[in-house]
Amino acid sequence: MAMIDVNCIYMVWLRDLIRYFREKSQLYGSLTRPVLWLFILGLGLRGGYRGIGNVNYTQFIFPGIVAMTSIFTSIQSAISIIWDREFGFLKEILVAPVPRTSIVIGKGLAGTTLSLIQGCIILLLAPLVKVRLSAVNIFPLILVIALMSFALTGIGIVIAAKMTSFQGFGTIMNFVIMPLWFLSGALYPLQGLPWWLNLLVRVNPLTYGVDMVRRLVLGFSYYSPGFNIAFLICFSSLTTAAAVYFFNRGEY
Amino acid sequence: MNQEIVIKVEELSKDFKGFTAVDGLSFSVARGEIFGFLGPNGAGKTTTVRMLCTLTRPSSGRAQVAGWDVITEHNQVRRSIGIIFQDPSLDDRLTARENLRFHALVYKVPKSEVRERINQALEWMELTNRADDLVRNFSGGMKRRLEIARSLLHRPEVLFLDEPTLGLDPQTRMRIWDRLLQLRHENRMTLFLTTHYMDEAEYCDRIAIIDHGKIIALDTPGNLKSQLRGDRVVILTVDNRQAALEIKERYGIEVSWTPEKIQFQVADGALFVPKLVKELSVPVLSVVVRQPTLDDVFLKITGREIRDSEASEREKLKSRLQRMGRGWR
Repeated sequence: MAMIDVNCIYMVWLRDLIRYFREKSQLYGSLTRPVLWLFILGLGLRGGYRGIGNVNYTQFIFPGIVAMTSIFTSIQSAISIIWDREFGFLKEILVAPVPRTSIVIGKGLAGTTLSLIQGCIILLLAPLVKVRLSAVNIFPLILVIALMSFALTGIGIVIAAKMTSFQGFGTIMNFVIMPLWFLSGALYPLQGLPWWLNLLVRVNPLTYGVDMVRRLVLGFSYYSPGFNIAFLICFSSLTTAAAVYFFNRGEY
Repeated sequence: MNQEIVIKVEELSKDFKGFTAVDGLSFSVARGEIFGFLGPNGAGKTTTVRMLCTLTRPSSGRAQVAGWDVITEHNQVRRSIGIIFQDPSLDDRLTARENLRFHALVYKVPKSEVRERINQALEWMELTNRADDLVRNFSGGMKRRLEIARSLLHRPEVLFLDEPTLGLDPQTRMRIWDRLLQLRHENRMTLFLTTHYMDEAEYCDRIAIIDHGKIIALDTPGNLKSQLRGDRVVILTVDNRQAALEIKERYGIEVSWTPEKIQFQVADGALFVPKLVKELSVPVLSVVVRQPTLDDVFLKITGREIRDSEASEREKLKSRLQRMGRGWR
């Protein structure tokens, strides 16, 4: 049986998009969060922040906010599998004559697409915090966000396949999404950290995504772009493989 | 009658960690037949359907559906069947038409036919004027009809229905059955259904009564009922224990009794009851005399009644979360 069923991938993808645009509350909700961080927290902490070069705090966390949007959107999108299971729609897909791998791919692409849409909306805020995006960097930026989102959707699918009910949603928020983001170097400079924090930041795959976004948005990064990209590609292949494996094995 | 076998099951079993849900079932179903699985909750009906639909892997035994093996030929089986699950399986944030369109897409209904088949299915299930409404605004009966419409889009040979009318009002149930019977008649489609509604089982050509994962009787509804000749008498007395004892001793009749009622079978109820009321030492409070039903057959074979059990904890939780979920997303 072939693993790729274009109809199925398209259907899973299109369904998520239709639902996303139909449920405006989700769209607005996920836009308020970054705006709060950027303007409230960003402006609040700006005074106490000793800058790196000529970058102020709001500007510094801007790449992190873009990353945050992509983390939240892609994981949330993948986790909707749990909802589909509870509300029954998952059965309809699983009993159809389609390979499960295609369902995973469709879900991954949907999460990536939604995450890109949200991320791009945040990028539009750049002028408000006086971040100047160069046109040359827009396309690579989209690629990096897409790569990062695809990887994170994979994580979300693994969680969804392993979790038997969505009572655990708060748990995911507290134990997966928040730590990933806080440890990604999105909110603070990566210099002069205690050794244990430094270690945690370095093992967090998101650090390299955020760092790459920072490179493209602010023009500086802590790690080399080549390393960041290579790391992201490995990471996203790994999570996709894991997603396919766990989703195929799951009993529904 | 020249019978073409569409479902063939041999020694099919399913164990769940030491618990045997389905225990060595063997039966076959002919094309165009309406075949019913009748039994209480937890008898193994749903597990059997899931195995035949390739959703659950059998622990042992073999089964073929539409000529394909349910273990090794998943995809061919899936293409040949339609399924109405016990719980809803629609996307309620999509419209009826979108649900149907997506189904047609994954089942690869030829592009040129999609629109026509969808319209036809909607019309047939009397949903045409609600086609572009969100499913979340549909009633339970409408959702069920939409699911049936959806399951027919790819023209399956066998339609599995797991408790198809559970929780629906009698009128809706009648309407759905009307359609299903018509379907069988026009397309020679095979229907395999599970139920614990006795009146629903009466629609079947043949019924397998299943309990604790085993088939304990398999015949036409008529033959099953004719095992119980005569009339069914149900009485309530001041002291059921005493009355049951007396009926047994005095008339040599087998009775089953609970504090709520005494049931037994006699050749002519209208003649027997007046005599009984006179001769019994305890006062009789109420009497019902009726034709035997499949309920009685089940009671006779298993010694228990099929009762709608209460909604399980899981279901209660689910409906609570569903309400919560509306606000959350």
